[in-house]
Amino acid sequence: MSAQNMIAPGFSDPVFQSQAAFRALLDALSEPGTLRRVDGDITPPEGMEAATAIALLALADYETPVWLPQALRDGPAGQWLRFHCGVTLVAEPGQATFAVIDGTAAEPTLAAFNPGNDQFPDRSATVLVQGAALEGGAGVTLSGPGIPGTRDIAPNGLRAGIWAELEENAALYPLGVDLVLCHGDGMLGLPRSTRIEEAR
Amino acid sequence: MTMHQVPAEDTKPAYNYAYLDEQTKRMIRRALLKAVAVPGYQVPFGSREMPLARGWGTGGIQVTAAIIGPSDALKVIDQGADDTTNAVSIRKFFERTADARTTEATEEATIIQTRHRIPEAPLKSGQVIVYQVPMPEPLRKLEPREAETRKMHAWAEYGLMQVKLYENIARFGEVTTTYDYPVLVNGRYVTAPSPIPKFDNPKMHMSPALQLFGAGREKRIYAIPPHTSVKSLDFEDHPFRIQSWTEPCGLCGAGDSYLDEVVIDDRGARMFVCSDSHYCETRRAEGHRGAMLGDAALTGLVEETKP
Amino acid sequence: MYVAVKGGEAAILATHDLVAEARRGDPTVPEITVAQIREQQALACARVMNEGSLYDMDLAALALKQSQGDVIEGAFLMRAYRTTLPRFGSSEPVDTAAMAIRRRISATYKDLPGGQVLGPTYDYTHRLFDFALMDGESEATPRTAPAPLDAAMPRVPDILGAEGLMEPEVPPEGDPAPFDLTRGSITFPAGRDVRLQSMARGDEGFLLGLGYSVQRGYGHSHPFVGEVRVGEVCVEFVPEELGFAVDLGDVTLTECQMVNQFQGSKDVAPQFTRGYGLVFGHAERKAMSMSLVDRSLKCREFGEAAVYPAQQDEFVLYHADNVEAAGFVEHLKLPHYVDFQGELELIRRIHKEREERLARQNEDLPEAAE
Ligand SMILES: [Zn+2]
Repeated sequence: MSAQNMIAPGFSDPVFQSQAAFRALLDALSEPGTLRRVDGDITPPEGMEAATAIALLALADYETPVWLPQALRDGPAGQWLRFHCGVTLVAEPGQATFAVIDGTAAEPTLAAFNPGNDQFPDRSATVLVQGAALEGGAGVTLSGPGIPGTRDIAPNGLRAGIWAELEENAALYPLGVDLVLCHGDGMLGLPRSTRIEEAR
Repeated sequence: MTMHQVPAEDTKPAYNYAYLDEQTKRMIRRALLKAVAVPGYQVPFGSREMPLARGWGTGGIQVTAAIIGPSDALKVIDQGADDTTNAVSIRKFFERTADARTTEATEEATIIQTRHRIPEAPLKSGQVIVYQVPMPEPLRKLEPREAETRKMHAWAEYGLMQVKLYENIARFGEVTTTYDYPVLVNGRYVTAPSPIPKFDNPKMHMSPALQLFGAGREKRIYAIPPHTSVKSLDFEDHPFRIQSWTEPCGLCGAGDSYLDEVVIDDRGARMFVCSDSHYCETRRAEGHRGAMLGDAALTGLVEETKP
Repeated sequence: MYVAVKGGEAAILATHDLVAEARRGDPTVPEITVAQIREQQALACARVMNEGSLYDMDLAALALKQSQGDVIEGAFLMRAYRTTLPRFGSSEPVDTAAMAIRRRISATYKDLPGGQVLGPTYDYTHRLFDFALMDGESEATPRTAPAPLDAAMPRVPDILGAEGLMEPEVPPEGDPAPFDLTRGSITFPAGRDVRLQSMARGDEGFLLGLGYSVQRGYGHSHPFVGEVRVGEVCVEFVPEELGFAVDLGDVTLTECQMVNQFQGSKDVAPQFTRGYGLVFGHAERKAMSMSLVDRSLKCREFGEAAVYPAQQDEFVLYHADNVEAAGFVEHLKLPHYVDFQGELELIRRIHKEREERLARQNEDLPEAAE
């Protein structure tokens, strides 16, 4: 009981908060690069952005293994996720359906996660990337499905090589992982279908 | 005494909001997110048994149930019309299980569940159109085995489809597919647009609305995000073309809409009317009058309202 | 202004009333009760439970009452209810060797431990009407067997197995939880767990036809009924917090094991192969059909060519489900006038273009003759 008492609450109204969070995610991934806000009214566990926590509450359960960075996995975030979603936390990035990564950490790279296979590209991982901000960084230009022409974004606090990794990921299309950048209550989708060009 | 009583209020809590349990919704939502990430690819999902018959929209219903929330306005159409019996039945289902706010106005709807049509009024950004899909596999008529068609999609091996369309041209001088006309989505997956008339295919291309497809019996979900290329398959010497009519809508005079044929007497006389009932009604409210409006009133198709 | 006449909703509600009226029939005839159906139409209830994938005699009887005896409609009601039920977990595997036998027959041995138990069967009834039933004068005289049945009723394939002559049933590596096709989407080739689940809830008529096709040569099966047994087995469940099995109650099951032609190679001594069928209630025909098709679907495992329908898992599994099949066949009743209009437009245009072409050719002809 005492362990449960220490775990921060999840959604107060799971049905409607899950639905709202899902619609934000659906918008984020169907219109890549547009900033979406989630209003979850929750206190995320230490080390997790609110948007990350809300996305996982809405989507993760016993059917979806989750990978977390070691510090999160061993801390309150791992406990919180296991308690609220009943997820299995996996140590191997390649086994995860959902993963949370720190945008600044060098490892694991996107290539470490499951890109699906040619007959079932849907069996790929969705990676939630926690960054310092969704604006104010160096700009990149997006194009592809969900984007009329091009769309510029400038998230901040991501590792230097991330755009090159994303270009590699997009080259695997229709395989590849799908990204959601999370900061505060904001999220920004970067599915594998999005082509990315760094400003030169 | 009323003969048509809905179950008492106290029987309601037995079902979750929008009928599906939360675990099922999560499973469908995850499938939908993968579907938008790989436009046109059919994501297998654990389609649930629904209280409505397979083939009657259970795929579309599950998709709508997984996305709908209290702020949505739902429009349900079948054959373009809000009043077709199955559309009425599905609309009732959501009114009953999700207290859904429903509308017949295309522009007011945030979710439009449809069978066989895309509304005539252009869809807008922020709208979601949910298609009911009987046969999600566009290659199924060429190859009945799922194990084979899945490989064909994996390797983008679509030669067989081109051959079939070309055989059509050789035989009839044109492609004789008039509905469920296959499209290439985002330059990668050959996809079934569901049995909409090919008249509606161009509306899918670069649509600002999100297009979701649910096939309940076949257990597949797929999606076309907004602003995505959707090309109807064709040949340089036989470009894709849509249906046209020689006369306008008999009720509202529209010359740009898809028309249904209505036989009005036993001597074969017929009139053509918009299949999109809301479009037709909106035009009549704006003062447009078709040549056969009077006849239609006589046969009971429309009635005159006092201003 | 003119508005469309809308009557869809009122018309739908009226159909519900008409169904209720048709269901009741002549009101001067007493209404049938669910208990009467449960007790007196048990074989129909078993079919509804099987195809509805839910063991509940009362609900099956209610489904039959509500659907006016339409078995597929009844199965549909069961499934639409079943899908909303919470899942607490999976029971322990039932032990049919410990079944309380009501009927047990083997075609492979003249006599065997436990003997042949005919039980309630239509097999030896002459299909002559019992007109006494017409007037409700049926009289069932309870019969007491001269001696109690043997306590041990070994399953025939187990007897063969002890001799090393029967293909053993071993769980797949790691003994994973069986797939549940009502929760996940099946892929092919399908595992045996998926095939058996699909057939257990599949249409009896479809499986009967497929099983028959195997016998007639569309598949290479030469089976013997090793055993059919009908009776009660107890269902046990191990709650996580208790850690030991709790008895949930008894269910009636019918199990059929077919003994099929043997397989072997240079390295493996030949063994008979098995076809297995297990269904709810007393449903012999279903269990036998299932076991025929189960064996024919094993063709891949035995390196046999899969050329006939009963050998092709995709064909069998995608078409055995009568609720899905009925829905899709019957959806043809729904309006299709938008698509039909597309076809009309096309065929009329092709006709018109053809007539124009013929007219042009006729005009050209006199010149050609000159
Ligand atoms: Zn009109």
